[in-house]
Amino acid sequence: MAQIVLNDVRKMYGNVEAIKGVSLEIGDGELVVLVGPSGCGKSTLLRMIAGLESISGGEISIGDRVVNELDPSERDIAMVFQNYALYPHMTVRQNLAYGLKNRKTPKDEIDRRIKQAAKALEIEQYLERKPRQLSGGQRQRVAMGRAIVREPAAYLFDEPLSNLDAKLRVQMRVEIKRLQRSLATTSVYVTHDQMEAMTLADRLVVLNAGRIDQVGTPIELYVRPATTFVATFIGSPSMNLLQIAKATDSWSMKADASVPSGTATLGIRPEDLHMITDVPGDEIFTASVKVVAVELVGAESYVHGSLADGSSIVFRVAGRSRMEMDDMVQIGARASDLHFFDANGVRLD
Amino acid sequence: MHTVHFPNKILPYLLLAPQIILTLVFFFWPASQAIYQSMFREDPFGLKSTFVGFANFSDVLSDPNYLHSFQVTIVFSVLTALVSMAVALLLATAADKVVRGPTFYRTLLIWPYAVAPAVAGMLWLFMFNPAMGTLAHLLRSTGFDWDPLLKGDQAMALIVVAAAWKQISYNFLFFVAGLQAIPKSLIEAAAIDGARGSRRFWTIIFPLLAPTTFFLLVVNTVYAFFDTFGIIHSVTGGGPAKATETLVYKVYNDGFVNLNLGSSAAQSVILMIIVIGLTAFQFRFVEKRVHYG
Repeated sequence: MAQIVLNDVRKMYGNVEAIKGVSLEIGDGELVVLVGPSGCGKSTLLRMIAGLESISGGEISIGDRVVNELDPSERDIAMVFQNYALYPHMTVRQNLAYGLKNRKTPKDEIDRRIKQAAKALEIEQYLERKPRQLSGGQRQRVAMGRAIVREPAAYLFDEPLSNLDAKLRVQMRVEIKRLQRSLATTSVYVTHDQMEAMTLADRLVVLNAGRIDQVGTPIELYVRPATTFVATFIGSPSMNLLQIAKATDSWSMKADASVPSGTATLGIRPEDLHMITDVPGDEIFTASVKVVAVELVGAESYVHGSLADGSSIVFRVAGRSRMEMDDMVQIGARASDLHFFDANGVRLD
Repeated sequence: MHTVHFPNKILPYLLLAPQIILTLVFFFWPASQAIYQSMFREDPFGLKSTFVGFANFSDVLSDPNYLHSFQVTIVFSVLTALVSMAVALLLATAADKVVRGPTFYRTLLIWPYAVAPAVAGMLWLFMFNPAMGTLAHLLRSTGFDWDPLLKGDQAMALIVVAAAWKQISYNFLFFVAGLQAIPKSLIEAAAIDGARGSRRFWTIIFPLLAPTTFFLLVVNTVYAFFDTFGIIHSVTGGGPAKATETLVYKVYNDGFVNLNLGSSAAQSVILMIIVIGLTAFQFRFVEKRVHYG
């Protein structure tokens, strides 16, 4: 049980600054997901919390202790690695016991914790097997078990699901969420998968080139993205961004629309765009689009179109679309669904 | 396996011929000659030889000198393999931690392997010869009674060190590669699990190096058995009082110095059987305890 506080944390690799001053408070029992594209520094940040990377500047504390100079083993954290990092020469039981043995935990206490964790993760029948005799999903569970038996102050997850197939990933995602809830242990989870991030997180931290772009609940980030980076990163397909300068040629806004001054970019999510069939409603944004491609994903379809100036736009249609290539359609969006960003990509309202 | 059909019936045999000829000329022919010779006994003047069946073998195996040589070989091989592997592993773990210019250190450590066995032997002889060796002089000046020309165990120590020294480079290369093949995340997981220093080494790193260690054990045993003739010949000549006469050295001594060809051939056949048996044993029993990947 502990909160993790990052205060202006920096990481230098030679002259390159990989983490450019990150400050963050992670509450006790909270599950915070660090998300961002590859190279944004999310894994580096996690490894700095774990003690696997040195801290070039700033301060990290876990619980009441500043851990900057502490060895990984003294930070009271457990980590789940992307490739599981199970010890191949040990049985599952030995894998789980290893960290406890190193800490001189009494034998009956070790047995009790292994029993408990194995039950929670449904790996009881594999305890005497070696990791190579297990499937990917089972190894993943063992890796989780190794973290759980330690009963640490915080769990650190480094893309733990990225080696699993899509179906198993969804299943394990739900399970991690359930486990984290029941254990109520502070957790930091790193992923590049925005879907995983959205579904798991109590709070999301979007990292962009070593800086935090936005921190908030998944819904906050989805509804009010602070930057164009967050806007395009959260949500799939990503938000359409249109340059305001081209408004007159390709699309139009109603005269009474209240566009904040300084707006350079207009953002609209594909799911907030809809077709205008006969009578125009309360749409404040309208555009005529030539259909380029239609993606049927089952319950809905995503139509890729191009505007008159050649820029592309994506919008969602419920059910199966009957649109064909080169069809011309009118689409629109309501005032409440528009996002305005300035020239630096920062949200205006 | 995918079967390939050649349109020409002779071509596959032609393609295999070089390898087969090499094996026949350099292995099967000498080996069969050794087996053939081991059944004969030469007269003292080398004029004729008589077929004696397995008499050479029973003579050799009941000869106390041969059994002594067998003991010497075991001691020498075990010590050489142990010393060369232990030192190589120590150097490899140290080199693994070098941050600046690792290739420079590695290259330096590989050099001894390029030294010919006889030359390696001479180097150590020059350093430790009681009459002229620099290090021998230092040893004696500390009061230590160093004289490998008279003391068998000191002679043994000297050839073990010389033989091990030459093999360290080879072992070092494989241990470095083995260490680099261990996933970094495993070491990190161990660090988080609270295993440090020697505990981390013996519980995680060493077991994961087992395939490398096993391979080197086989190679080093064969090396100590067969490839150390040059070193022994140049350093001790099998002496003093046969204290460093290994089986291979005895084969040479009996065959080419004492000209007892039959006995020498019988010994080399026994040696062949021992190495085949030893390698088979290592693969059968030791390998079971090795975890690959």
